[in-house]
Amino acid sequence: MAQAGTQAQPLRVAIIGAGPTGYYAADHLLRQDRVTVEVDMFDRLPTPYGLVRLGVAPDHQKIKSVTAAFDKVAAHPRFRFFGGVEFGKDLTLADLRAHYHQILYCTGAQTDRRMGIPGEDLRGSHPATEFVAWYNGHPDYTDAEFDLSVERAVVVGVGNVAVDVARILCRTREELAATDIADYALEALSRSRIREVYLLGRRGPAQAAFTNPEIKELGELAGADIKVRPEEVELDPLSRAAVAKSQDRATTKKVEILQGYAIRRPTGKPRTLIVRFLVSPVELIGDASGRVVKMRLVRNELFATPTGALQPRPTSQSEELPAGLVFRSVGYRGVPLPGVPFNESWGVILNDKGRVLDPDTKQPVPGEYAAGWIKRGPTGVIGTNKPDAAETVQCMFEDLAQGAVLQPRHPDAASAEALVRQRRPHYVSYTDWLRLDQLEVARGRAQGRPRVKFIQVEEMLAALRR
Amino acid sequence: MNIASILAKKGDKAYTVRPDQPIREALGLLAKHNVGALIAVDEAGHPVGILSERDVVREAAKNERVFGMKVTDIMTRDVITGSPHDDLMTVAHTMTERRIRHLPVVDKGRLIGIVSIGDIVKTQRDKYQGELDTLQAQVLGE
Repeated sequence: MAQAGTQAQPLRVAIIGAGPTGYYAADHLLRQDRVTVEVDMFDRLPTPYGLVRLGVAPDHQKIKSVTAAFDKVAAHPRFRFFGGVEFGKDLTLADLRAHYHQILYCTGAQTDRRMGIPGEDLRGSHPATEFVAWYNGHPDYTDAEFDLSVERAVVVGVGNVAVDVARILCRTREELAATDIADYALEALSRSRIREVYLLGRRGPAQAAFTNPEIKELGELAGADIKVRPEEVELDPLSRAAVAKSQDRATTKKVEILQGYAIRRPTGKPRTLIVRFLVSPVELIGDASGRVVKMRLVRNELFATPTGALQPRPTSQSEELPAGLVFRSVGYRGVPLPGVPFNESWGVILNDKGRVLDPDTKQPVPGEYAAGWIKRGPTGVIGTNKPDAAETVQCMFEDLAQGAVLQPRHPDAASAEALVRQRRPHYVSYTDWLRLDQLEVARGRAQGRPRVKFIQVEEMLAALRR
Repeated sequence: MNIASILAKKGDKAYTVRPDQPIREALGLLAKHNVGALIAVDEAGHPVGILSERDVVREAAKNERVFGMKVTDIMTRDVITGSPHDDLMTVAHTMTERRIRHLPVVDKGRLIGIVSIGDIVKTQRDKYQGELDTLQAQVLGE
């Protein structure tokens, strides 16, 4: 057999997952001229871009502009996209091993971490990501139901997803109508009777994960006043010392912004957004019908670990907070893929710099790799996945040079396509996607919105006249 | 970003040595695994010290018989350990300030990994690179 990576026998790579990491990896694989690579990218959804389409908030369109770079990658003649093809269901690991030299998993962190407290599964308590998927029109979540007739919603966490959820709950109909939010979510949210939205941080303002632009935006909402307790944004001695030592301007600024909110007077907007610090829910309490009605919060204090990092620990003070709707946003985890070794401790594929490891020998599994959140866990911004993908791709090229690749029986593009066509006749190609994209944008233009998304898979296929 | 994200892509590896092992064997392990430090653990797996190449060099400079000594004779006992939720920035600061090049990571008393200053520098570089790239895409991508 010809050496893989030549014009006669290109290196055939399957990428599982069409999120940012998949594109960054494809770019690193294709944008070099030492090795001839063919990339086939698969996603279980018909549409590409992963969380850029279905995670990034609809009122943050600017962040979505990164897709222009992804489309450039996809325009490469040796790149193909197979949307609506699920790994482990439509195509098995054995199928891929028969058609590709290397398989790269970029499936992200698809599930929420649990809070691990009593009452977590009461009705009215949801993972924040379900709400995000719902308002962004994720085909799997269109039927999700959230009781927006209650007066108070509590979002547990102060990371960017928590902030997105709180902000979307506070937005007015006019604000939301200018976005590409799913139509059914726009309708439901414009009938929302929520008056108060809480964000709960377990540590203090200096440790909060949200960024300064995000917290500033919360102070500029058309329909909600922001409220912060002065005593909760006053820095404790440990935080004050840490901020002074690090001289981190962003953190200083963040605390200043929050202290500014603490002395703001309410202006009578219909909703109030309350940001709390140094509190953790310890129990959700339901009514007789099993619906959440309140939560018990414990007050935390900070202590320094041996490295100087500040962590929370509970004090004896607690309080009750009435809440009819609870969203947890306390971290994310990857989901194991069929036949792929998993590292339960961190919720990632078991790997060393992106090389998938055998759980028994701790040696690399030939031909299998991971990149992005399923490799390192859910950290960083979209662009953080670019150097991450580069690290994995470097391992892939190193292994190719050592001859440590799979030996597929059918290492050609045509037989891979024939297999996909047999399993999923209605898969969506990149050309199909670009057509859908145009249609969505055109539908949006008519309404003064960035786009109106196709939600149901059948709807997409109908638009493509299938 | 915390140091768990570094451990997540190191495949649960932490190279250990027993305090009563000879330095000769410890050097063999350092060379075999191509690392700069080994964590000395007791029978229960709790870290009791760290042996770095620097510890060995310091001893070898004054003592020809270093190879026959035991790990416990020259290891550093006063070890600063990290926890997986410690944030990267604080850890980076502490390691630089205190000139620590290897940080054993402990969870509930159990050693779960090691983070080197090289890991920290690389992760920090990738973090900044990623942020820069994202900002550039937003500014130029319009």
